[in-house]
Amino acid sequence: MALPVARRSDLRQKLRPFLLMLAPVASIVLHIKVPLFSDYFSFLDPPLLVTVYFALLHRDAVQALFIGCAIGLAQDALSSNPIGQFGIVKTLVGYIAASASQHLNVENMVARMGFAFVFYLFHQALYAALGASLLGQQVSLNPAEAILFAIMNAAVAAPLFQLLDRL
Amino acid sequence: MEFTLSRYRNVTVLVLVLAAQLFLLAYQIKSRQDVRSIRVWAVTGVMPLTRLLDFLHDNTVGLIKGYSGLMEVKDKNKDLQAEVAKLKMENNFLRTELATADRAKVLALFPSRLPSKSIAAHVTGRGSDSSKVVFVDRGSNDGVSKNLPVVTPDGVVGRITGVYPDYSQVVLITDINFAAGVISQKHRVHGTLKGQGNSVCTVDYIRNEEKVEVGEWLFTSGDDRIFPKGLPLGQVKLARAGKMFFQEVQLVPSGLQLGLEEVLILLEGVHQPIPDHAPPSASAKLLPPPPAEGSDGPDSARVIRGGVATTDADQVLDRYRRIGAAQGHAYGSGGGTPNFAIDPPPPRPPAAPPAPETPPQ
Repeated sequence: MALPVARRSDLRQKLRPFLLMLAPVASIVLHIKVPLFSDYFSFLDPPLLVTVYFALLHRDAVQALFIGCAIGLAQDALSSNPIGQFGIVKTLVGYIAASASQHLNVENMVARMGFAFVFYLFHQALYAALGASLLGQQVSLNPAEAILFAIMNAAVAAPLFQLLDRL
Repeated sequence: MEFTLSRYRNVTVLVLVLAAQLFLLAYQIKSRQDVRSIRVWAVTGVMPLTRLLDFLHDNTVGLIKGYSGLMEVKDKNKDLQAEVAKLKMENNFLRTELATADRAKVLALFPSRLPSKSIAAHVTGRGSDSSKVVFVDRGSNDGVSKNLPVVTPDGVVGRITGVYPDYSQVVLITDINFAAGVISQKHRVHGTLKGQGNSVCTVDYIRNEEKVEVGEWLFTSGDDRIFPKGLPLGQVKLARAGKMFFQEVQLVPSGLQLGLEEVLILLEGVHQPIPDHAPPSASAKLLPPPPAEGSDGPDSARVIRGGVATTDADQVLDRYRRIGAAQGHAYGSGGGTPNFAIDPPPPRPPAAPPAPETPPQ
């Protein structure tokens, strides 16, 4: 399942600095703006998908966890909750996704969608658990709805990852 | 040691980053203080970019919508050609109606009818979490401060919870952290409105013996010292007796019914009387009903009931006294409680009461 070293090197070259700056900011802007145009898109979590994308592409757990941390803290800053909740969750998502990508073939589109699906559920569960345990928030996690949204995010992840690959 | 650190480098960094964020979280919860600088950076950096998305949206989706609208107009024109002469006047009338219904214009007219000092704002984005939070393009540079009410002509939208130089954060009426004092229009029943995280709100602390009707309008009571009295909140969707002492009341907020694009921030709220009629909708301009004979204005209807100047508390006290008198119960005597469900009619006012003076607001 592991990729050849040459292939990994090609992928790293693709990771241009401008993409590293632009994609997280764009994902956050999309996340806070698009649901205003249509509430149907409120299920979409572009910051999470971008975190997973960079983790899969980087395969460097330390870099991935810092990218996740930065995106998460920015999300926290734009929410009404104390800063750190999204940060912790996305740090873990980045770290685990990058660690897993070292052992799995993440070039396959189906595998990438699977990652997006699993990490969406992981993200939602961990966010709710953190909110309930640390902040005393009321947890209203609907499993069926979460699975449906995970599938939809995975479906969006496929073209999004391809688009980011081409940039 | 060096070998151990390099071997467990990833895990060590992860633990350090997580610990730092946990410490940050604990500090905020413990000290009840916000890390304002991070929020200011994020809002100042991200919010201006939302305007770019607005521009793209207006020039793509807006263009398609405009084209679609044009095609509809073309089809309609075909049908209307046969009766052009007859429908010309009606067409002009509808155009006037459409122009009047334009929300931005209604909003521009609204402050002139509103006694409170206000400032118009545009909703630029929503919060990044699942809470009902939005951002507006007015901040401390425009005189906005924390806890100011945010309204539309249709009703209350929320209140300011975060203020940045050019933007502010608004927690919506439907958010689980939102609460406001309410008063019902017909029976002046007081309660506390709370958001539920969905499209309806609940109203707590209304006792079972108090009367609230489905469809009745609820207004801000001013009890919370944030929202001035008399702002419409919405209509009661459900009202039924609860299991304990309090009723189960649900309300559909009116301020969010027609979408959320332009809002008003009340910089200096002024208490208003609760109107005796339903608040006018944004799409149709209605004049207020003419004042009653011998009264000086809308305040007279609220204050003078049966020819006697009373407050809401006086009315409740008077009602309890009447119930006690009708059932021969003396309050404080320890002889059980009267049946509050049997409410005797209020005594008739004297035939020719002297003209009372309305107290100044």
